[in-house]
Amino acid sequence: MSAVTTSFPNPAAEWRLPYRGKVAMACLIIAESAIFTIFVVAYLFYLGKSVTGPTPREVLETPIFYTICLLSSSLTIHLAAKCLARGIGFAFLGFWLLTIALGGLFLYGTAREWYRLIYEHGLTISTNLFGTTYYSLVGLHAFHVTAGLIMLVTVAVFGLSGRVGEKHSGRINVLSMYWHFVDAVWVVVFTVVYVLGR
Amino acid sequence: MVSNAIPIPGTQIEARPWVDELHQWVTTVDHKRLGILYIASALMFLAIGGVEALIIRIQLMRPHNDFVSPEVFNRMFTMHGTTMIFFVAMPVLFGFANYLVPLMIGARDMAFPRLNAFSFWLSFLGGLLLYFSFVGGSGLYGAGSAPDVGWWSYAPLGARAFSPGHSSDYWTLALLVSGFGSIGTAINIIATILCLRCPGMKINRMPLLVWMNLVMAGMVLLAITPLSAAQIMLLIDRYLGGHFFDTQAGGSAVLWMHFFWIFGHPEVYVLIIPCFAFTSEIIPVFSRKPIFGYPVMVAATVCIAFVSMSVWAHHMFTIGMNSYANSFFTLTTMAVGVPTGIKIFNWIGTMWGGRIQFKTAMLFSIAFLFQFLIAGLTGIMMAASPFDWQLSLSYFVVAHFHYVIVGGILFALFAAFYYWYPKMTGRMLSERLGKLHFWLFLIGFHMTFDVMHIPGILGMPRRIYTYEPGRGWDTLNFIITIGAFIQALAILVFLANLVISYVKGARAGNDPWDAWTLEWSISSPPPAYNFATVPTVASRRPLWDLKHPEDPDSRYE
Amino acid sequence: MPRKTSTLRFLAQTILLLFWPAMTVWASDPKGSSSNGTNIFAPASTPAKSIADLSVFVLVITGIIFVVVLTLLLYSVIKFRGRATDAGREPAQVYGSTQIEVAWTIIPILVVVVLFLATARVIHAIQDAPEPAGTLDVIAIGHQYWWEFRYPKLGIVTANELHIPVSDPSHPTPTFVQLLSADTDHSFWVPELAGKTDLIPNHPNRMWMDPQRTGVFLGQCAQYCGTQHAKMLLRVSVDGPEDFAAWVRAQQNLAVEDTGAIAGKRVFESNACMNCHAVAGTAADGRFGPDLTHLMSRTTIGAGAAKNTHDNLRLWIQDPSAIKPGSLMPAMKLSDADLDAVVSYMETLR
Repeated sequence: MSAVTTSFPNPAAEWRLPYRGKVAMACLIIAESAIFTIFVVAYLFYLGKSVTGPTPREVLETPIFYTICLLSSSLTIHLAAKCLARGIGFAFLGFWLLTIALGGLFLYGTAREWYRLIYEHGLTISTNLFGTTYYSLVGLHAFHVTAGLIMLVTVAVFGLSGRVGEKHSGRINVLSMYWHFVDAVWVVVFTVVYVLGR
Repeated sequence: MVSNAIPIPGTQIEARPWVDELHQWVTTVDHKRLGILYIASALMFLAIGGVEALIIRIQLMRPHNDFVSPEVFNRMFTMHGTTMIFFVAMPVLFGFANYLVPLMIGARDMAFPRLNAFSFWLSFLGGLLLYFSFVGGSGLYGAGSAPDVGWWSYAPLGARAFSPGHSSDYWTLALLVSGFGSIGTAINIIATILCLRCPGMKINRMPLLVWMNLVMAGMVLLAITPLSAAQIMLLIDRYLGGHFFDTQAGGSAVLWMHFFWIFGHPEVYVLIIPCFAFTSEIIPVFSRKPIFGYPVMVAATVCIAFVSMSVWAHHMFTIGMNSYANSFFTLTTMAVGVPTGIKIFNWIGTMWGGRIQFKTAMLFSIAFLFQFLIAGLTGIMMAASPFDWQLSLSYFVVAHFHYVIVGGILFALFAAFYYWYPKMTGRMLSERLGKLHFWLFLIGFHMTFDVMHIPGILGMPRRIYTYEPGRGWDTLNFIITIGAFIQALAILVFLANLVISYVKGARAGNDPWDAWTLEWSISSPPPAYNFATVPTVASRRPLWDLKHPEDPDSRYE
Repeated sequence: MPRKTSTLRFLAQTILLLFWPAMTVWASDPKGSSSNGTNIFAPASTPAKSIADLSVFVLVITGIIFVVVLTLLLYSVIKFRGRATDAGREPAQVYGSTQIEVAWTIIPILVVVVLFLATARVIHAIQDAPEPAGTLDVIAIGHQYWWEFRYPKLGIVTANELHIPVSDPSHPTPTFVQLLSADTDHSFWVPELAGKTDLIPNHPNRMWMDPQRTGVFLGQCAQYCGTQHAKMLLRVSVDGPEDFAAWVRAQQNLAVEDTGAIAGKRVFESNACMNCHAVAGTAADGRFGPDLTHLMSRTTIGAGAAKNTHDNLRLWIQDPSAIKPGSLMPAMKLSDADLDAVVSYMETLR
């Protein structure tokens, strides 16, 4: 026999299981959190242990503006997803593009900061322990932001050509989960590097 | 491959040209085929890793032997360990999970079939990359080619200064790449189990194999990633001038150890928990009773998963942690033995009062229990950190972990092969060859790994390409080597059985073992779509309910 | 195969296997547990003895657990084996038992508590031991592939063979060793004197031993450190008080000045030897390789790779990789005359 049926107590009852996209993204977030945790641990462990070179206090400037940009982008992507769920296409696109702009602004800010650190203070990844751990941790985060932006831009391209509709709401929510994760990681990185680390 | 197409009466199916068949296999996203690909690639690497082991054993057969140079020997033990853990054990277990989990939950396929294929090929590519190092790398002081820093690549031995050339990079990249494949598979397994169960299969009605693969996949997410992070850091050190593990710049060699073992310890539970899964399916069927204490088995597995995240530094008892840290890890390591022991008791409880059938799969499972018990007890010995200050880094440890991996994992895997090969191929494996395989392997295994504990007690460290005569290690090493060859012979018998039975084995039918989980309700091998209609279940043993409608499990759960 | 025979064979196999290790131990060590030289159960010093005692306790407990569980396993395999007459009938389907589960959870927890408490005491006793007044301080520095030993308060620098005084329990004179590394990770393991402790760069460690009988104790590096990890051997010579004092005095002397070896000394100083090796009282003060001031007081060369004989010494200097391939000392490619001269010079360094 190729089928099994046994008497099921309530055949009319619905059998609802979670949406697999959400479960998968949650798992990915858990895994990525573990990677970030290891880099954060290394950063914290090596605070004050550099043998030479500039210290955090000497060279770091708190990126308040760009942080606000990134954290606001969480709000805008949330609004975008809600608009899409309600079928308000143009509002979805508007918020979505705003999210991309804010994310891009954040990356620009990171690039500016790195430029300043390298050329004005001579701090590179190989200068000392602080340089190694700082560029690795912030760089890992920036890499995740970049990956997220690539995905957001892809969706924007499809959206601008009218191919994204209400039925894609589930997937958009999954993507925005990732974006919220990237922002949450920044909260941690910001605290560790710019608050605790100085 | 026995065709799994549905024959339409009155038509003839043409044999496909082999190129087409190959193309089907390379582009498949079907969980059953990917499962078989995982298992086949693991068997290939098992043979290669086994040859590396034999080279090690021949060199150590007598003191001051010169079968291989120290450079080659150091490459052999590094590659043997790396291959067996990452390209044999993990893939074969992912392979079985891939094959069985969707079938056991009544699903059509895994949640993300394309991710599944991608993960397999990443994993396989990692293996090929590692072995390319024989040609492309160059080891310590340029005297070798494949990586030779041990499978843990301790800092600073793995740094540019002590490992010039690229052999270390092959180790790092191969594991990084296959690590991402593992994470992909873990995500897939979790999503499949949480989202694709058939109606009626509540979380506490899943077969134990499904539960344990769920726990294993969760652990993979948290265990593999620290290794990936550490390897990224190592690459930054080696290529970008970073100082993560550069002790001259204030970096810490101990930090690498922590990161590695935060991966390394949960990793061994990632390997053993699916083997618990096999045992939990096979022992009940051949004892003709349900598993004793299903909820406790689930709870114990989850407990093991959590506690095992807190024991990692028992691999570091000799590095000079203070007495409080050593005491803490002693306590947690001993504690993890409690849920593990509970599971052994439950398996014995399953056999108790049963009617045991000594098929080959059951023989391997019983041997697993015996050997896993011993392995666990030698683990408890080493959990006592002062005892470990003597036993660590010696052949006692090597004996212990081979007891777990070969005596535990490999035996459970053999049991799984004998049990599910009929389902996968539609043919029974030969019981005669199976019993020959079992007894040969049992003798060889014990000859090697029982004896191996003794040189450790007599002071023989590990990872040495030769040793001094007159330490009392000579005869023991000789016996160990003989046992290794007997095991090799047994593996050949096993491989022969796989091939011969595929051609000449008895036809299996749907349910050769009179078992109770959903995979036995469909044909052997299953059709591509698995289930013609989505099954609905009301208990943990849906087929028992069908076969015993007067006394279904659903009445008692 | 009839089931009964297969079970009997299984039983016989198991019993054989249980006795196998015991038989092999006996076979390999006819003198009993007094030593192959590196037997962890032949302790000669307090840390090693504490460990051995704890180990016996742990072995007894795990042995009892093993016997109990094995008995249950064998009993169930034998008593509940299926018979031909069973075909078609299923046994009683038992799903579990809460009382039994509670019992076999509580008992292991108690075992763990007992084991842990016994262990914690020993951890503390060994690791947090104070240094009494008569302590000898030694600094051990691990190199690829040799051991550097310094006695800071005695002004001694030597290599590979450690001399320490015997310790009388009533007036203990233990040796406390600080463990450092010049390159990669190593591990100091002399089983009959103490458990092993690693030498890790940038991570100083400490271990101690108080041997209570004289003699030579063997050991070797236990943490894989590179190509010649296998031949980084240790010799610890535990000397009585007079012998130790004599050894110290001899080691504190500058190098013997033997006019008959001037030619060799010149070869030594004009080739690159001085860059790596030190000979106290001469211009040679290299630290990369072992101190050679009292080379002839050592029984082996190459960290135990070969006996310290004329021929071995000559071969070593000519081409270290003939004895220890992968050693970091390069082949000096001396002419035969120079080689003989420098070996003669080495042989004056008593």
